[in-house]
Formats: sequence, structure tokens, C-alpha cells
Amino acid sequence: MKYVAGLALSALLLASGAAHAQQGEIKVGEINSYSALPGFTEPYRKGMELALKQINDAGGIKGKKLVIISKDDGAKPGDALTAANELVSRDGVVLLAGGFLSNIGLALSDFAKQKQVLYIAAEPLTDAIVWSKGNDYTFRLRTSNYMQASMLAEEAAKLPAKKWATIAPNYEFGQSFVAAFKEALTKKRPDVEFIAEQWPPLNKIDAGPVLQAIDAAKPDAILNATFAGDLVKLVREGNTRGVFKDRAVVSYLTGEPEYLDPLKDETPEGWIVTGYPWYAIKTAVHQAFLDAYQKAYNDYPRLGSVVGYSTVKSIAAVLNATDDHSTASLIKAMKELKVDTPFGPVVYRGADHQSTLGAYVGKTAKKDGKGIMVDIEFKKGADYLPSEAEAAKLRPAN
Amino acid sequence: MELLFVQALSGLASAASLFLVASGLSIIFGVTRIVNFAHGAFYMLGAYVAYTLTSRFAGPLGFWGGLLVASLIVAALGALMEMVLLRRIYQAPELFQLLATFGVTLMVQDLVVVIWGADDLLGPRAPGFTGAFSLFGRNIPTYDLLLIALGPAVLGLLWLLFHRTRWGVLVRAATQDRDMVACLGVNQKWLFTSVFALGVFLAALGGALQIPRTTVTHYMDLSIIVEVFVVVVIGGLGSVTGAFVAAVLVSELNALGILALPKISLVAVFLVMAVVLVVRPFGLFGKAERAPRSSAGTSFRPWKPMTSIERIGVALIVALAALLPLFAGNYALSVGSEILVFVLFAASLHFMMTVGGLASFGHAAYFGLGAYGAAFAIKFLGAPMGVALLIGPLFGLAGAVISGWFCVRLSGVYFAMLTLAFAQIIWSVAFQWVEVTGGDNGILGIWPSRWASSPEGFFWLTLAIVAVSVALLRVLVFSPFGFGLRATRDNTLRADAIGIDRKSVQWAAFIVSGTFAGLAGALFAFLKGSVFPETLGIPISVDGLVMVLLGGIETVSGAVVGAIFYKALAIWLMSQTDLSKLVLGAIIVLLVVASPKGIVGFIEQIRHRRPPSPNGAGSSAARADASDALGIAKMKVAE
Repeated sequence: MKYVAGLALSALLLASGAAHAQQGEIKVGEINSYSALPGFTEPYRKGMELALKQINDAGGIKGKKLVIISKDDGAKPGDALTAANELVSRDGVVLLAGGFLSNIGLALSDFAKQKQVLYIAAEPLTDAIVWSKGNDYTFRLRTSNYMQASMLAEEAAKLPAKKWATIAPNYEFGQSFVAAFKEALTKKRPDVEFIAEQWPPLNKIDAGPVLQAIDAAKPDAILNATFAGDLVKLVREGNTRGVFKDRAVVSYLTGEPEYLDPLKDETPEGWIVTGYPWYAIKTAVHQAFLDAYQKAYNDYPRLGSVVGYSTVKSIAAVLNATDDHSTASLIKAMKELKVDTPFGPVVYRGADHQSTLGAYVGKTAKKDGKGIMVDIEFKKGADYLPSEAEAAKLRPAN
Repeated sequence: MELLFVQALSGLASAASLFLVASGLSIIFGVTRIVNFAHGAFYMLGAYVAYTLTSRFAGPLGFWGGLLVASLIVAALGALMEMVLLRRIYQAPELFQLLATFGVTLMVQDLVVVIWGADDLLGPRAPGFTGAFSLFGRNIPTYDLLLIALGPAVLGLLWLLFHRTRWGVLVRAATQDRDMVACLGVNQKWLFTSVFALGVFLAALGGALQIPRTTVTHYMDLSIIVEVFVVVVIGGLGSVTGAFVAAVLVSELNALGILALPKISLVAVFLVMAVVLVVRPFGLFGKAERAPRSSAGTSFRPWKPMTSIERIGVALIVALAALLPLFAGNYALSVGSEILVFVLFAASLHFMMTVGGLASFGHAAYFGLGAYGAAFAIKFLGAPMGVALLIGPLFGLAGAVISGWFCVRLSGVYFAMLTLAFAQIIWSVAFQWVEVTGGDNGILGIWPSRWASSPEGFFWLTLAIVAVSVALLRVLVFSPFGFGLRATRDNTLRADAIGIDRKSVQWAAFIVSGTFAGLAGALFAFLKGSVFPETLGIPISVDGLVMVLLGGIETVSGAVVGAIFYKALAIWLMSQTDLSKLVLGAIIVLLVVASPKGIVGFIEQIRHRRPPSPNGAGSSAARADASDALGIAKMKVAE
């Protein structure tokens, strides 16, 4: 016992003294679920590395090289906090970024508040991170649950459908999305009613019985918020059972290549979805991003790539905006910070720390045995957020 | 009514896939007594290999042939694992094989991503079973019908195999009394290997059959393994018919239950299991277990309190650890605190598992209750940290009082699974009761009071609490209560005969253990500053088991060493590589093979191999060995 304890302690001591900042470098910390969710994080990492290379090739941050230290969180909040602690206490990073799962984003944001360090949440979708549990130290890049729910509700309101049924994974992400969608749709269409709901556990949907239960309620339209493996089961089972026939379906995130591509020739047609139609976006900024990405990786970007790329662009922008990299100055610089992303310029709002990154809404279709998005429209994030004054009221007094 | 009927049909289709995997697990456990944690990994491998084969070879022959060949390939892999890994450790304490299969599971999770890539893979549909047929105006996939037919067909084939072949007779004999089978001259090695291969074949087939329904992903194993365990336990361990009935029961309750309660899926199976085990302690079709070959924690060398020299040594180590803040950085200190928290958690599990012989698969319940208790004290009562650190363990205590009362009526794996059921029910309450617990978004802002908020302060606080608690647990081990507890572990009948009330002694041990786990959980809440349902989750329970087993289940201080070793390694690997599971799994497998008695067991073995020293320590050890051998001989006679 003595030996082992001694070994463990000395290993810790060695580790603690290892890293010291080199001159001419700016280090930032980044955390994501690399081992647990590689489907998202691999393209995300590629997007991040592309942006990093571009920034450093162009001279870095005022002549200093930008260095990103990435850590895996294993999709567990506890491990994410250990990693954050290592980055801040040992590696001495000037800010933290990253995150995919909402609960990890919230854990990191609370850590940022406690340790007084800036945290730029990349992907977490929960509204709580900027509103009900928002704090001074946390900013969020990704188009939120509330924003995408409003975008989809706007399209859903145009449908004749009156009776709606919902299917969403049984955790905060699904619950808050369905609630936001209901509220936004009912505001536009007081005549709709929600007549059935199903809450399968994440990654464990028993698609047959779930769809049967929805079908039995005879809704005009279905709202879906399942994704990844659950989505595929749902689609395959629903296609076979004809549950989606003659029904409108509004489906959250389904147009993202991460979730659409696995559906291949079983892609249902005409679903209203949010997503990332990289093949159909004709803006100059996106084309430049697409060309650079394909040149670097010989692969097409996923939505994760855009998030990773834009996260690093945000980091570079805030580091460039102030000479003093203390947390107080960085937070001041983050407010109203303008960043160029592949989706165009975005602003991190001063009042609620949410970026105005928008999203693409369109319909699913099949082409050459693959799923794509058609009739796409880019919806600007700013149009689907509450005004800054209203949003500020949603945040706790700090 | 029609809806109910159609819904029930869908439930039967789900039951069939569940049954295939569960029957394999049940057969393996029945004969080899191995709790095969890697069963889900083989299920996943079956799906991945079948994906590769069916994508390459189109057509009905390619598809069905592909499924079969894939299952055979994976079965061969399973047999290989049994031969090179498990065969070496059949003599190790029961449950130790769990550790080996857990290591394999970790490795497979990373390996499939390395081999097949990170994307979800969509296999082809089954040729000839792509459509649906209409019943009461509702469409039912023809593939569902195939699955519904397949379930009873496999059940029938297994019955024929077990009742009409010589091999089957041997397997049934071994399930009842494998020592007797060995005495009759049956080659156990090949019997075990073939049974293992058959079980893995069924798991892989279950996975391969999922291809037409879903995507193949690297987390498929997690989504099924626990459910399969539950099905096996509800049915009764070793009973294939039981597994079938249980699979139907669970799937039907789920399919029909969601009509009334759409959120029930999360917890349905565990509720069923808890009810079944409380009413029928050995599952629906299970029989009372024979006294196990050697229960967890039967010591190969009698435990002794530390000598005064050893006590001084430990005090020195604690004093040295207390000096750590003088030269270590903040990160090292917080990692140190985290390791200490898990030392206490593992020590609390050790008390129940090794001293009491009660292996718990749901010990995270009390850890998590402690964490939530502390968080509630801060959030709802505005209590200071000191009070919260008292309320946390009280939550653990309360949880242990209730679930312990039910659990101690059971023994062995049934006991373990009932603890798991309680843990999962508590987990789902924390997960669902958003108004109070915040759901999966957790409770934030549980930071230590100012006097303990610095990393040094918190480290010292944790060190003090953990050192005192572990010492207390150790005192209990060598107290009359501890001896009584060990008596109930080693021989229920004799313990009864000398007037020890087994249930109340074990219940008390359960409560002690839960309380200390709650204390660890409360410390964890303040260390992390937030509480999430993951603190109640299965991975934490498994971590605890791994720590105890790795340290050496037959030793007194194994849990402490195992926790330090495992936690430090896990944190370090996590920080160094994205393939941490692969490396960690490989290290566990190597350790299991190298020292089946765990780290501390290994060290003790080396210590006692030294030539006798003048003060007589060696000769007393030799005497101990002799009396131990005598004990084993007596046990054999008793059997």
C-alpha cells in the first residue's frame, strides 16, 4: 500500500510541475466529448484545427502563436470539471471553450463563474446556459433550443395541421425544446392542440410501440426531436408502418449531415427540418470555408465542423480585441463582439451573452439514394431571439 | 382493444431480440458462474461484423449468410477470450471475472471506433422482409413477425439442445453441480469454452438481427447490457425459459405502459425487477442457489489488525499526504481530493462486499444520495457546508435503511441486482423530478464555504474526513460486530447456530456502508461544485466495484489501494489520450491475469513468501496457511 500511494503522489507532483507557458504563445483550453461522441467531435475537431491553422498562418494573435489544449470529458460532467481544473490551474489557459452536452455546458459555466474565467460554450443547446442559469463568465455560440424552436414553429404555423403529437428524448434537451416549440406555435396559432406525446429514453427508443401510440392518436402533424440512432430507428419503423404518410413532420436537427447522412435511401421526404445543407449554400464566405475544408481533409464538413471553426474564430476575435488577457477585459471584449463565421457575421449579445448565429431551415428530399435538404432558407439568429431588454430579465441577478 | 393487440405484437418483437441476448447471458452464468459484463460488447461486435458482411455481399444469401457468419466469427472471438483470459482466473474469487470482462468491454468500445469509424452505420434491410402487412387498419412490419417467430424458435432449439443431446445433459448437470460433473471425469475446460461460445453466438446474433432496424453505433452495448442483466435476473439465473418469459414481460409492460405513461420507459424494467425480486427472491424460474464455491471475501489468509509498526507506517503516509499542499499545485490538489473521495467510496463498498460478502451493483445510489442531500441542504435550507456534510450522509443512511431492508432478504447475484434496481429507481427520480433536482441539468453552485474553498483547505478537510472514516471502518472490521458479519458471510448455518441474526447484522452493515458512501458523495458535491444524476449512475457503481476488485477483494486494505490506483490512472489517461478506455481496459485485463488476488493480495503474497524471520512472523503465517487449507478441506467435505 505504501508503495502505491507513494507512486501516485509522486506522479501527481511530477505532473503538477510539468507545464509552463512559453513566451510568444497564447494558450486556450478546450473540452469536448471526444471519446464518447466521436460522430460530432471528429468533424468538430477538424473545423477547429482548420481555423487554428489559418489564424497562425496569418501571424497568430498579434504575433503570438495561438495554442489550443484539448481535453476529453467522456460525456460526464464530473470529468469535464476535472479537465477544466487541469486547464486553468495547471496549464494556465486564458479562457475555456467547447462542450457538447447541455449538462456539461452548465457544469463548465458554473465552474467558470466560481474560478472567474471566461467560458465560450460551443455546442450546448440548452436555454438555461444563457438565461435561467446564465452568468457573467459564460457566452454561447450555437443557435439555441429556443431559437431553433421558434424557426421551426414559424414554418409549422403555415401548415394546415391542427392536431400535433410530439416525440422527444426524455431529458432536458427534449423537454425544453418541446416546451419552447409549443409556446411559439400556440402564440402564432391559438387553434392548434397537442394531443399526444412520447418520451423515449435517449439511445433506447423502442420505435414500434412509440410510433404505434402516436399513430393511434391520429395527429395531423408530428414534432420530432430524436436524433442519431434513435432517429434512424424511428424513421425506418415509421416508413414501414406508414405512420408518416399524409402527415406533416417537423423534425429538429435532422438536416444536419451527422444525422441525415446515415438515413441514406430511407430519408423521408418533405420533413421540415433545421440543419446544414453544405452542398446548397451559395454565399462567398461559406464557399471559402468549404473549399479550405475539403482541401485540407478531402471530406465534406458536418455541422460540427462549422461549430468548431466558428468557436476558434470567436476565440481569436476576442483575443485580438483586447491587449490585456485578464478575465475582466476578455468579458468586456466578448460583449457585442463581432465574429465572421461560415454562416456570416455574428454578434455575441451584451445583454444575455448569446451569439446571433442563425440556422438553415428546409425540407428533406432524396437525391441519388442520399438525404439532402431542399428549399433552404437561412434564418438569422437575431430575428428569433427575444429583445436584449427582455432577455436580460430572464437572467438571474448576479 | 385493437390498439392494445397491435401494441402487444410490437412488444413481442422487441422481446425476441432481448431474449436472444439474455438467453446467452443466462446460459453462460448458469454453467460458468461468470457475470459476463462483455456480453453487450459481443452484441455490438455482432452488429458491426454483420454490417460489414451484409454491405459487401448483397442478396438474400449474402444477408442471411452474413448474419450467421458474423455471429460465428464473434462466437469464435468469445471462445478465444474464454480460453486466453477467463480460463486463467476461474479459481479467483467469484466476481473477479467481472473485472476481466469489464476490461474487455472498455477496450471494445474504443476499438470499434478505431476500426469502423465514428459515424453511425446503416445496414441493409432484410431481403423479403422490407414491407408491412395490415392488421385492424394498422401496419405491422413483416420483420417484426419474423422476430416474433424467431423467439420461440430459438427457445425450442435450445430446449432440444439441452434435453436431447449428451452435451446438453452435461451442461444441465454442470449448471446444477459442476464440481460433481468434474468428479465424473467430464472435461470441464471444453465444456466451459463451448458454453461460452454458444452464449456469445446468441448475443452476436441478437446484435446482427438489429441491423435492419437501426444504425450500428459504438454505444449499442451500453443501451442493452443492463436491460439484459435485468431480464436474466427476473427470469431466474441459468433458466432459459425464465429469460424468455421475463423478456416478454418487460417488453409488453413497456409497450403497453407508454400508452398511459409516456415517460415510463426510463424506469419500467427496474420497477419490474424490484417487484419480482421482493416477491420471488430467486426470480420467476430460478432455484435457490447452492452455497457458492467460495463466497466473495473468503480470505486466503486470516485478517489481522495492523501491527504497531504498520500503524506508524500508515500514520506517516497520511502525514506525508497532509504535506502535499506545501509543494503541489492546485490541480494536483483537486485530483488528490477526488482520489480521496473515491477511497472513501471504495472503502464503504468494501465493508459491505468483502467483510459482509454482499456485493452491491448499485452502490452509487448512496454516493449520489449523499451528494444530493448536501446540495439540497445548500439550496433549500441555505445551510453552511458543515451542516450539508452531515445531511448528505443522512440521505445515504435513509436510502440504505429502506433498500437494505429489502436487499438483505436476498443473496449473491440476486442481492446485487436488487441493489442495482434500487439505484436505477433513485437515479430516474433524480433524472425526472426536474422541479426539485433540476433533472439532468443538475444542481449548480454547491461550492465549499470560504474556510475550505481553497484547494489546500479542501484537500486537508477531505484528507481528515477520509482518514478518520477509513480508520473507523477498519475498527468496525475487527470489532465483535465485524466478526459477526464475517461469520454470516462465511457460513450462514453456523452463524445462525451460534445466535447471530443474519438479516439484522447484514442490514446494519448495509446501513453503515451506505452512510459512509453518502459522506463520500457529499464531499464529491463540494469538490465539483455541482450535482448531476450521473453521481447515481451505473458507471459510478461499476467504478466502485472495479476499485475493490482491483485492490484485492480478499484483503482489508485492498479498496484503498485499488481506489488510488484506478482513479489516478483513469484521470491521467483521460487527460493524455482520447483512447483512454482502450488503454485502461488493457491495463485492467493485464492486471487481472498477472495477479488474480488484486494488487494488495499480490503484495501480501510476495511478503509472505519470504523466509521465516526471527520474530516468528513467518511461522505464524505458515500456521495460518495450514489452518486455511484445513478450512478449505472442511468446506469441500461439507459440499
